[in-house]
Amino acid sequence: MTKLISRDSGLEQVRIPIHSDIDIVSARHAGRSLAEQVGFSSSELTLIATAISELARNIIEYAKFGEVTLEIVNNGSVNGVRITASDTGPGISNIEMAVRGGYSTSGGLGLGLAGVRHIMDNFDLQSAPGSGTCVTVTKWKL
Amino acid sequence: MAVPILKQSNYLIATIQAALTDQDFVQLRDALVEKVGRFRSRGVIVDVTALDVLDSFASRTLRDLAYMIRLRGAHTVIVGIQPDVAFAMVQLGITLADVSTALDLEEGLAFLDSVDSEQARA
Ligand SMILES: Nc1ncnc2c1ncn2[C@@H]1O[C@H](COP(=O)(O)OP(=O)(O)O)[C@@H](O)[C@H]1O
Ligand SMILES: [Mg+2]
Repeated sequence: MTKLISRDSGLEQVRIPIHSDIDIVSARHAGRSLAEQVGFSSSELTLIATAISELARNIIEYAKFGEVTLEIVNNGSVNGVRITASDTGPGISNIEMAVRGGYSTSGGLGLGLAGVRHIMDNFDLQSAPGSGTCVTVTKWKL
Repeated sequence: MAVPILKQSNYLIATIQAALTDQDFVQLRDALVEKVGRFRSRGVIVDVTALDVLDSFASRTLRDLAYMIRLRGAHTVIVGIQPDVAFAMVQLGITLADVSTALDLEEGLAFLDSVDSEQARA
């Protein structure tokens, strides 16, 4: 289920509730088409879709449900795509380890957060045990 | 979205046709592991040409699939990883070490044939 909100700036924002693994696929597709509007190259589109996939899956895997917000942003001179993945799940107790990579509490590859940080331009992670997680990442169309 | 699995002589060919959910990936893995025994297949090809994303979960499931098939005595080849997807996998730090890959279905079949004849000689 996708909701499209046009804001005053004319830039678009899409909010996708993440409740099951099907929503991961929807979020990926929505992100790809939003990023297309910004003019990203096909390999950049794939990087953005991959980042959305990793963040949305973490929501399902660790928090059960949450939300992914996708938006076109502008910093004055360039456009970009911002992905915000938020949940009210268990939070991350060791943020440093989780972001460094190779660390997983679920037997995964531990490449999600580290990989997303590597492929996006800006990376921000807010989390505390018991109070959920919010990851905000941006890629600029340079 | 079930992935069709075709039996072609000693091989099984699974052609992914659209984006898969995590559940679909796990089902594909289990179906191939089961069918390799049922059809006494010597090789498995998973064609991922249609996939626009191979993230860490999909990659891990493909890797597990290849290991499980190997334990069942057959070989797996992943074919059709697109250039953009390969680039994203490298950027993400994903490795498919120990998993055979080939450019496309034709190359994948040629690879399985060569593995088969090598084993026949040994
Ligand atoms: N949304 C989240 N809520 C709680 N913990 C999370 C979340 N996202 C990531 N984590 C924690 O960070 C670790 C690393 O995540 P990630 O890099 O995606 O690797 P993986 O998912 O393969 O373990 C996870 O194992 C988990 O402990
Ligand atoms: Mg993860």
